[in-house]
Amino acid sequence: MITETNVLNPHKWVAAYADYLYMYAIVRINDEDTAKDLVQETFLAALEKVDRFEGKSTERTWLTAILKNKIIDVYRKKSSGLAIASANKAAQEQDEFFEEDNGHWKAEYAPQPIAGMDDEDPLLKKELNSILQKCLQKLPALWNAVFTMKHIDDAATENICTELHVTQANFWVIIHRAKVNLRACLQKNWN
Amino acid sequence: MSYLNKIIYNCKQATFLIEKKQIRRLSFREEIELRIHLAGCGMCVLYNKQSRAINDMVQQLLQDSLKNDLKLDDAFKADLQAKIEEGLGNK
Repeated sequence: MITETNVLNPHKWVAAYADYLYMYAIVRINDEDTAKDLVQETFLAALEKVDRFEGKSTERTWLTAILKNKIIDVYRKKSSGLAIASANKAAQEQDEFFEEDNGHWKAEYAPQPIAGMDDEDPLLKKELNSILQKCLQKLPALWNAVFTMKHIDDAATENICTELHVTQANFWVIIHRAKVNLRACLQKNWN
Repeated sequence: MSYLNKIIYNCKQATFLIEKKQIRRLSFREEIELRIHLAGCGMCVLYNKQSRAINDMVQQLLQDSLKNDLKLDDAFKADLQAKIEEGLGNK
């Protein structure tokens, strides 16, 4: 039996995949300039590896895998150094949500109904969505990376931990804090 | 404070378990603790509901942005293809 082998055709790369890869990056990075750079880097890195392409995956899958690694590099870079300081700061803020001694909600941060969330009104929903987007961007880079990988890529927890260099214990703390922060941000900016 | 009271008051732990449960199965003990807490805490019941709604909204944002059809401009693309051709020429 002859198995079909995929071949690469770099002359057609930009026309065939540039927009797709750009979209893929934008959704995960949320910055147009960085996304553009990543698309370019992906093609140039792919060019270097053309000889090692085995034809087992499609051209698109192969290019996307290269881009994915580059996105994780951006996550890592963003979450080292300065970003750690801001992550710690946000962690302190979250501790303000709960009483120190018994973990009860502090009165001012207790969850309240957020109109638009249960509502079917499309206009309200749209507005709430745009607030959510801003709230997501306010998360510390590492939290955003963990949250994005989990919710957009549905990545396995083990993979997220390995790729972003976080421990399992830290992973759960980040998932928790990210959501508590997001919810509070929505409530604060909506009501 | 008694063990039971600790569970009843600890919204920080309850919300932690709520988040964990969305991703993987809780242990038997965690599950029981969460149920006891939610039985008496309307705020965390609301949190649970809103937290799940936020997940759906994030998914929706993704779908919407895929529909947006954001495209790279032609000049950038032409420049990029030229770089690729140049790289191919150097091989």
